[in-house]
Amino acid sequence: MSGGRLKAGPAVRARARLALIGPGFSYLVVLLVLPLALVIGYSVFQRGRFGGIAYEDGVTGDNFARLADPLYAGVLTDSLRIAGLTTVLALALGYPTAYAITRLPARWRTVALVLVVLPFWTNFLIRTYAWIVLLSSEGVVNSALTGIGVIDRPLELLYTDTAVVVGLLYAYLPLMVLPLYSAIERVDPRLLEASADLGARPVRTFLSVTLPLTLPGVLTGCVFVFVPSLGNFVVPELLGGGRTVMVGNLIRDQFLSARDWPFGSVLALALMAFLVLLLMAQAWAGQRLGGRR
Amino acid sequence: MSPKPALVRIRGVSRRFRDTVALDGVDLDIAAGEFFALLGPSGCGKTTLLRVLAGLEHPDSGTVTLDGRDLLSVPAHRRPVNLMFQSYALFPHMSVERNIAYGLARERLPRAEIRERVAAVLATVGLGTEARRMPHQLSGGQRQRVALARAIVKRPRLLLLDEPLSALDKNVRAEMQLELKRLQHEAGITFLVVTHDQEEAMSLADRIAVLDRGRVLQVDTPVGLYRRPRGRFVAGFVGSNNLFRGRLRASGGLEVPGVGVLPAPVGAEAGATAGAAIVAVRPEGVRLAAADAHGTVGAEAVLSGTVLDVSFHGGSSRIAVTVAGLETPVLVTTSGPATVTAGARVTLSWDADSAVLIETEETTRKVGGETPCDP
Ligand SMILES: Nc1ncnc2c1ncn2[C@@H]1O[C@H](COP(=O)(O)OP(=O)(O)OP(=O)(O)O)[C@@H](O)[C@H]1O
Ligand SMILES: [Mg+2]
Repeated sequence: MSGGRLKAGPAVRARARLALIGPGFSYLVVLLVLPLALVIGYSVFQRGRFGGIAYEDGVTGDNFARLADPLYAGVLTDSLRIAGLTTVLALALGYPTAYAITRLPARWRTVALVLVVLPFWTNFLIRTYAWIVLLSSEGVVNSALTGIGVIDRPLELLYTDTAVVVGLLYAYLPLMVLPLYSAIERVDPRLLEASADLGARPVRTFLSVTLPLTLPGVLTGCVFVFVPSLGNFVVPELLGGGRTVMVGNLIRDQFLSARDWPFGSVLALALMAFLVLLLMAQAWAGQRLGGRR
Repeated sequence: MSPKPALVRIRGVSRRFRDTVALDGVDLDIAAGEFFALLGPSGCGKTTLLRVLAGLEHPDSGTVTLDGRDLLSVPAHRRPVNLMFQSYALFPHMSVERNIAYGLARERLPRAEIRERVAAVLATVGLGTEARRMPHQLSGGQRQRVALARAIVKRPRLLLLDEPLSALDKNVRAEMQLELKRLQHEAGITFLVVTHDQEEAMSLADRIAVLDRGRVLQVDTPVGLYRRPRGRFVAGFVGSNNLFRGRLRASGGLEVPGVGVLPAPVGAEAGATAGAAIVAVRPEGVRLAAADAHGTVGAEAVLSGTVLDVSFHGGSSRIAVTVAGLETPVLVTTSGPATVTAGARVTLSWDADSAVLIETEETTRKVGGETPCDP
């Protein structure tokens, strides 16, 4: 910043700053701040008779009161359960994967990381449809299992909570692996050697050195998986067959089927508030963990 | 050499990293309770040797035994050996206290004992008040002392210290040196210490090994190393030396072309035949006298020259003298402030006893004299 050769005046610097910040800032205003303001606005009005907003009926808090309805609370707990399970499984699968990748020779590490993000090169919908092909009663898994005689009748795989978790896990596992990889890779190998030198067996070294030092990465990965899982409505729709209603589905339904924009807005805000709290908790915990370095 | 049985026996240990040979057939015996120092230029394999002993590096060939038992097959965490890392390798997420307690906790010692030993070692290294700090809150020298404490608190059979005092100021360093000696005597720990500081090696070690490019050139006591350096490299590396190249005469003296005959041990006595040789004379072995007004050279004078530079080092002065016919100036050490100034004409002399025959054609072949050396 204080480069000796850059002797630009304050006015020039201010303009340069504007040029740098400008595009991103406009993007945020148009695509984030304005829609958010709209949603906040909608949430305090009543729905019109044929959808839309009945501005003439005045402001109300009723929409927020509806949140207390056990029906919606149930949807929220279901969503939390499914997103939570997805996150835990992603961590359980992602940590060993990320760890194994850091132990590969440098050349293969890049290859492995490309493989991890490879699914992102295909459309999300198509990838989710692929799971239907795999899991349906005439699908690949069931035909294979009946074919080798493990089962007589096809298993009910599709349209279950499990299918939703599998779909979400598949979709977001790379978001767990990448931050974990970068966290594990940053751990100084000398520290592991020092631990061994001081008499710690490999498991102890992992628990006392590697794991604590990679906790910020664990936290990041968990948030990266949990947040989009909680709001996702495509996977529950396609793989849950409408039987699993998650918060995302509920919000979409309010806007598109029930045409109750005000309540949809309230649900969206509630979800957002929850996630903001979560991110704040993550930032706080990350700082505490990172601050010890 | 040492009457005590060897605790560690290193035989033919070699380690190669792609095109660099870090260790090249290293043989060393370290006696129980000994304070052994490794001396050598940067990159000569000192750290690699310590890592092999700690079990963090596997040699390509060779054997290492501890108490007569094979050490190389024992994994690092089960070796009664502790290494203090050159880069400290403190756990960044643990306080000073917990860093030091880590190794003791692995031995499943009672908590009271751990607390006691941690407190004691913290007092030893003078960090009693920093116990609760995190490593990033410490100065470089404090971190180094934590690393030292973490290694010594385990009281292993063999303690490997990689430049343990390099970041400390003179006073703290002297204090720590005394502590290390105390540990050696009281706890009977065997030390293998890497140091760049020759004075430190000289004053602390019972024996010193000089390494160059992965090979052990000489193992000797500090005095032995200083008095009888074997080979040009050691002579030039340990302390300063004036090296003279010439032909050894059977009747005594070294004939240096264009300079004359210099005092040197008689070839036959030094175990060498007459022929090409290098003779080393320590700066403190050279006597310096001002040439008289006429510039005539005194009877005992060997060389005459002009003072190039004088530097005062507190207790002694170092004088560099250019002599016609010699490429490098001759160094002279005198006690107290020098009596001559730059530009003065002086004469130099030394006794044949002060001169050491360090290399002949014969020994060159044995020791491997391809080391390009221009002292
Ligand atoms: N892991 C490694 N990979 C490749 N080369 C290595 C590795 N470790 C050491 N070397 C090389 O081996 C040689 C010896 O290294 P070592 O660290 O033992 O030197 P050193 O004597 O401790 O030097 P210093 O006094 O600078 O610490 C060096 O040339 C170094 O570059
Ligand atoms: Mg080193």
